[in-house]
This record gives sequence, C-alpha cells and structure tokens, in this order.
Amino acid sequence: MKKSKKVLSLMLAMVMSVAVFTGCSKPAGETNDAAPTEETAATDDVTTIGFLYIGSKTDGGYSQAQHNGTMAVEEYFGDKVKTLIAENVSEDKQTVKSTAINMIDEGATIIIGTSYGFMDGLDELATEYPDITFLHFSGNKMNDTNFGNYFGAMEEPRYLSGIIAGMQTKTNKLGYVAAYPYTEVLIGINAFALGAQSVNPDVEVNVVYINSWNDPANEKSAAESLLAQGCDVITQHCDSAGPQLAAQDANALAIGYNLDNSAVAPGSFLTAPIWHHEKYLIPTIEKIIKGEYTPESYYGTMKDGYIGLAPMTDLVSAEAKAKVEEVQAQIAAGEHPIFVGPIKDNQGNVVVPEGETLDRAGIWSMNYLVEGVTGRDN
Amino acid sequence: MNFLKITKRDDLPPKKATAIRILSILLSLVFAGLVIAALGYNPITVFASMVKGALGSKIRLQQTVLKAIPLVITSLGILMAFKMKFWNIGGEGQIMMGALAATYVALKMPDLSRPVLLLIMAVAAMVAGGIWAFIPAYFKGKMGTNETIFTLMLNYIAIKFVTYLQYGPWRDPSSQGFPKIPSFSTNAILPSIGGVHIGWIIALLLVALVHIFINHTKKGYEITVVGESVETARYAGMNITSIIITAMFLSGGLCGLTGMIQASAIEKTLTSSLSANYGFTAITTTWLSRLNSIAILFVCCAFAVLLQGGAYIQISMQIPASVADMIQAILLFFVLGSEFFLQYKVNFHTHAKKEAN
Repeated sequence: MKKSKKVLSLMLAMVMSVAVFTGCSKPAGETNDAAPTEETAATDDVTTIGFLYIGSKTDGGYSQAQHNGTMAVEEYFGDKVKTLIAENVSEDKQTVKSTAINMIDEGATIIIGTSYGFMDGLDELATEYPDITFLHFSGNKMNDTNFGNYFGAMEEPRYLSGIIAGMQTKTNKLGYVAAYPYTEVLIGINAFALGAQSVNPDVEVNVVYINSWNDPANEKSAAESLLAQGCDVITQHCDSAGPQLAAQDANALAIGYNLDNSAVAPGSFLTAPIWHHEKYLIPTIEKIIKGEYTPESYYGTMKDGYIGLAPMTDLVSAEAKAKVEEVQAQIAAGEHPIFVGPIKDNQGNVVVPEGETLDRAGIWSMNYLVEGVTGRDN
Repeated sequence: MNFLKITKRDDLPPKKATAIRILSILLSLVFAGLVIAALGYNPITVFASMVKGALGSKIRLQQTVLKAIPLVITSLGILMAFKMKFWNIGGEGQIMMGALAATYVALKMPDLSRPVLLLIMAVAAMVAGGIWAFIPAYFKGKMGTNETIFTLMLNYIAIKFVTYLQYGPWRDPSSQGFPKIPSFSTNAILPSIGGVHIGWIIALLLVALVHIFINHTKKGYEITVVGESVETARYAGMNITSIIITAMFLSGGLCGLTGMIQASAIEKTLTSSLSANYGFTAITTTWLSRLNSIAILFVCCAFAVLLQGGAYIQISMQIPASVADMIQAILLFFVLGSEFFLQYKVNFHTHAKKEAN
C-alpha cells in the first residue's frame, strides 16, 4: 500500500511538472508557431495534402521515388499547397489511421498513401471522413465519392530492361532479387523474362525471394548468392541499391528499380524501370482542388509518361540501346502488348493460349512464373 | 578509485525519493530541450505541441487512449511474470498468437451472434497467448532454460508464422494476390463507447482485477514470494514449478487478449505488424511502474501521451520521427537512471570525508 502511494505521488508529480512546464510555455508557443499554421490550414486558397511513406524519403529507392513526385507537386503548386509528410509508416491499421487522422486534424483535405498495405486503413477513413479525398498507390479498393487508386504498367519498362539484360549477358543467367512471390512482383519477373527471351531464347532467370520490401543487407546477400551461381546481370524488385552494389563488387551488371541510381553504383548500373508519380499527382490534385475529381483506378503507361526507363548508361551496348529504342517506340504507340500468347508457365502448362493477349485484369490475376524462370527463397 | 564512492542506500525518505524523481524528469526536459534547440527547433514549442498533440482535441485524446489500451493490458501481463522475476520478453509473440487464435475463430464462425463470437475470440486468444508463454515456463521449470532468450526467440517464430499464413494458406483469395488475410465480419468487431472501442473498459477492469489478484489472493501472494526468494517459497512448501507455470499462463493470456483486442477493434484482421512493438514497450512501462498494477495505468497513459504527441509533432511541425524518438529516449534514460540514485549513494571523495565526520 505504501509503495503504491509512493508511485501515485510520483505520477502526480510527473503529470504536474509536465503541465506546469507546458502551461508556462503555451502562450509563447501560440503566438509564435502554432497559431499561424492553424490559420493557414483553415484558409480556403491553401490546400493541405498529407503523404504517407512506408520508408524514409531518402531510402535510395521506393519512398525516395514517391518523394520526388511530392517535391514536383510542391514546386508546381507553390504557395497553393502545403504538404505534410510522414515517413516510416508501418502497414498496421492503427499506425496508418492515426497518422492520417493527425494530418486531417492538422488541416489536410487530401491524404495520399503510397504503400499497398495502407489500403484497408484508408478505406475505413474514406467512410469516416467523407469530406477528405483519399488517393492510394498500388491498391485495388475505391469508392464513388472520395477514394481512388493509382498504379502503373510497370511490365512495359520491365520488358525493355529484360531486352538489355538478354543482350548483355555472357553466361545466359540473369539474377532477380524479389520481395515476395505475389502478383505485382510476378508480373515484373515475367515481363523481364519475356523481354530477355525475345532477344535471347537461351536465357534463364533465377529469382530469389527475400520476403521483405526493404532489407538492404538481405537484398545484397541475395544478389551475392545469385552472382555466385553464375548470373552476370542482376535486377530487383526491392527497395535498396544493395543488389546494384553487390553486382558492382563482382564486376557484373545491374538493372535497378524505382530510381535512377547511376551515381550510386556507377560500375554496374545499366538502367532502371522508374516512376514519374507527378504525371498522375499534379493533374489529379488540380482536379480535387477544383472540385472536379471523381474517383478512378488509374493505370499509367509509358505512353502517359507515368512510367519509363531511366536514361541508359554507357555500360549499355549500342546494339541493346538501338533495340530498346525500337521496342520502346512500339510500346509507346500502343502496338506492343507485353503478354502475348503462347506463354507457358515454368511447369509446362499453357497459361496464355496462342492468339490471346492479356489485358489489365488478366495481367493482375497472374499467379505463375513463365517458362525459363526458377524461384527460391533466400 | 578513490575519486568516488558508491554505497547502497539502506533507506531513503519518501520525500527525498520523490525529489530525485522529479529532478530526473526536469533534467531530462532540460537536456532534451538542449538537443532540440541544437537541431534548430524551439524546444518550448516542441514540448507544447507534443502535449497539445496528445490532449489538445477530442480526436487527439481518442488517439492517445487507443495507444494506451494495448499498453495497459500488455503491461499487466508482463507484470505477472516480472513479479516472480521471470523475465518475459515475449509479449510481442504472445500478442501475435492471441491475435492469431482470435482471427481463426472470427474467420471460421463469422455468423455467430456478436457477444458469443467476441467471447469465444477472447477466450481463444487468452489460451493461445497463455500457451505461447507456457512453453518457456515449462522448460524453465523442468530444465532450467533461460527464459529471457527463450521468450525473445518465440517472438520471431510467432511473427514469422503469421507472415507465412498471410502470404500462404490464409491469404484472402479475393485480394488480387495481395498478401492479406480476409477482414472480419462486423460481428467480430468490438463495439465502441464514447468514440473509442470498449478495450478501455476492459483495461480498467483488468487493472482492478490484477491489483486484487496480486495483493489479496493466495496465488498472488505465492507469485510474489517466488519473486522475492525461490528458497523461501520452497521452504514454505510451495510448488514452484506449478506457480511459475500458472503465472506465466496468465501473463501470456493477458498479452494474448491484447492481440485479440487489436485484431478485432483496430486491424479487423490479422497482420504480421499487428503487435506494433507493444510487447517491448510494455517491458519499459511495467518496469517504470515498479510492478504496481495501479501505477501501470498512469505510466501507460503518460507513455501513450508521449507516443501520440511524438507522432503528432512529426506531422504538425514536420519534425523527423527520430527527434520524437530521441525525446522519448532521453526521458527514459533519465527516469530509469534515477532508479540508480534511489538505490545507491554516490559520494565524491572530498565530500565523503566531510560526511564521515
């Protein structure tokens, strides 16, 4: 009993001391910083936008690519837009919702979540906050009033990067460091493999799953195991530059993802399939501000400029560059679908019959690896 | 080492103890303020925004309570184990296993009536969390294994097992290949009272129940005795293995209940990040509460203020998350550090001489 009284008095003292401390400081805080931000949030001509990133905005990959889009938005809208950014938001609903609610409480009227795991949290919020617009990157949920999603046909630049890999490999073994064996990743692997096979029928693709999106050490060690296996071109569907650095150390070549990393791994970097998020964000935010937005499920293509290939470095052979440019022109003109039958999976079953082409829905129900690809866990 | 002399304190007047504790908090604020100022922010604005961010509006207060609920219940669970000096570092895993069992029930019997379904989910979660804590307790009782390492490693097994279910057998077939487990039916979701799910009532009830259990029942007394001295307990004829196993089952059971509440009220499904470090944070809060269940309530609320305030300044002032983490760390460093000065007396050489006279 005595002990608990002691603890109680301690707690009381703690609470009081905090209260006293902040009590004294409150007027100062309000006149200095707090009041102006609340006012700006309330005025009509400034729109506050909250961005949720799964990683750090300087992660050298996925979140940095998202942040490049955000910075382009800031530059385009200038004083008309105020951005609130939350980094390292984990994919549990409690974190997602409480982060977004804090943003809304701070005046945000647009919330943009940039990882697929934020989806269900955003979905609930869209119902709870009908006056706020929610945009979600990579998800498949939406509603008719205030919740839309966006993504890109990454299979197009993946296919092109496969062409480079297929033409530059000497061992005919390509390495692929992948996050998880799920649809988005499988689409990328298959597009890459088909691109490589289109120029080099003998090529094989070895995939290692690291079961994480962002684990630099594991990404690098997975790449090292692929290099040791004889792969001489490494590509990736994970967030860090680890695989590119591993390739550089082994005098091999690498194709990145998300960002132009030519300065990070100059000894290995060929190119990378990359995002241009601003191509979607700027016009969409403009519509939302004008009150003209109706939710859609945007799927940006190379033609739209939403996705593309980073500038090819000098390590890419002239022959490969020419081939890529030729196919790129066809894709941009809409004349070169990526998944055209006949396609067999790596068990020998025909998954796309001759004469058929996969549309968006067909692509997004992919649950196999194509012939010539083998996958394993790291 | 004549420069300073460290002696154990025999008895410290309560007034002095309180003074040391308040001093430690004030010092931590000053020190954190210096660091914040060095980073180019106004420390007074930062502290004020933190408190306002946690308590300043109804929405923020709700966010704070939402963070306090799992902390309180998990801390009560950890307390059960720590009372008998069984270092249960496995709260994360026990939360996960509880959430897993609750999810299994919720997905298998989605059409049961709400009270029945929620009750079965809670019981299943407590049993599953209890079993996850029982395993290291059994091995400690029978073979003397080290429970710190054992419970810590069981965390990763539980988390990876949930990841496996999420990406494998339990994956929602209607999610276009997205690795997520299906969401619960509305009957499996805890109702809300006052804008916050009823976990807050459960937490308050449990604080009272655990207080009574530890202080006013035979079993609770036995747990305390085992913690004070295993030899005394043995001499008194207590069945130590059975006491350890019972207490650990309760400890894991409470953590498991946290898992059920988080799965049902917050996530509305199971995910591998559901435990959100509550199992680890609860170790700190339990320790700060000096293993007192009433104190747990206050410490966890204070901690939730820190968590929500820290999250809020990250948004409102666009301060990097690491600054909020640092403020927390500095506060903990000083508060936990003050425990040292409560138990030991430090004398510099010159002073020691004077005092000796």
